[in-house]
Amino acid sequence: MKIAITATANNSKAKLDNRFGRCAYFAIYDTELQQTEYHENPAKASAEGAGPASVQFIASKGVNRIISGEFGGKVKDILNGLKIQMVIHGQPDSTIAEIVQQFSKN
Amino acid sequence: MKIAIASGKGGTGKTLVSTNLFNVIRQTGQKTQLIDCDAEEPNVCEFIRGKVEEETLTTTHIPVIDARKCTFCGKCQEYCSYNAIIMLPAIKTIQVVEDLCHDCGACVYACQYDAITEKEKVTGSITQYAIGSNADLLESQTEIGIYSPVPIIGQTINMAEAEALTLLDSPPGTSCPFIATVERADYVVLVTEPTPFGLNDLKLSVETLRRLKKKFGVVINRFGLGKELIEDYLKREGIALLEHIPFDKRIARVYAKGELITEELPEYHDLFGKLYQNIMKQVQA
Repeated sequence: MKIAITATANNSKAKLDNRFGRCAYFAIYDTELQQTEYHENPAKASAEGAGPASVQFIASKGVNRIISGEFGGKVKDILNGLKIQMVIHGQPDSTIAEIVQQFSKN
Repeated sequence: MKIAIASGKGGTGKTLVSTNLFNVIRQTGQKTQLIDCDAEEPNVCEFIRGKVEEETLTTTHIPVIDARKCTFCGKCQEYCSYNAIIMLPAIKTIQVVEDLCHDCGACVYACQYDAITEKEKVTGSITQYAIGSNADLLESQTEIGIYSPVPIIGQTINMAEAEALTLLDSPPGTSCPFIATVERADYVVLVTEPTPFGLNDLKLSVETLRRLKKKFGVVINRFGLGKELIEDYLKREGIALLEHIPFDKRIARVYAKGELITEELPEYHDLFGKLYQNIMKQVQA
């Protein structure tokens, strides 16, 4: 399974980016390979529709679950339709390493 | 000739000015129209009552993609400037995010496989009321849940008659709905009030209108309340002061009943007559 985490920078010490559509990076953690890849969010500077364009990006990477601080109104239906689970992380100060650890245990 | 009445800050008296100005101008025999451009919450009808002449539904075109004909070539998505098409070839999924579609038609043009047709979606309505023999009121209204009122505002203003003097009651703020209104006007009347909030939003409106290269002047409503901070600003910036409307409790009483001060309080009929003359002088200057 692949889990995407919205990240403020492209390393494991980076904090969770609270925004989904306009996050700086996506950390994509593969639970089988136990590896994390970092991708710059190509949609972060979109004038409109950053949320749906971000969904397009992570879905094309085969992500099944997405962890962020919040999700905008337009993406909820799209993510539901694509059967990608949304997880709102309650602790915005967590680092990517901490979140990966948390979810690799489960 | 189109004159927009706008404000920046909400609640400064746009509708008070536009409805009373309309009333005074139509009484001169001039062919007059008033357009309520605040499509998200129109309220001019609370003050101006007439017989419904015509109701038109406004629509937009939304692409419908036939997934059986689609080859997932990606051309439509590439043509869409608004991120309104999501395509995942790996799972044979393509879908339209309706709220993001701007009805530009580029995706239909891009598709080489006849996979995209368009459906109509109702976005709102335009209601036309006859007011006496020489005037009418056009009210724009968005459907609930419609993402932007901008297309409806444009469609309503496009119905203005060329030979009429048309007043546009603008939505508040200085964002897209305001711009959609004032960009179609020949002259803009900014209504403000002598409060720090009034001044702050007046400055934002002035900056926006200067970038749009529009002629404009200012009406100070609730004059006498607070200090002379608006006059100081207008003098500094060389902006025309069109009229003062005093801070008068009788205005609030008449307005709260849904009546017009130019009907109920004779001195305001004179004041709005003067305002009309001042606006026309500025328009011709």
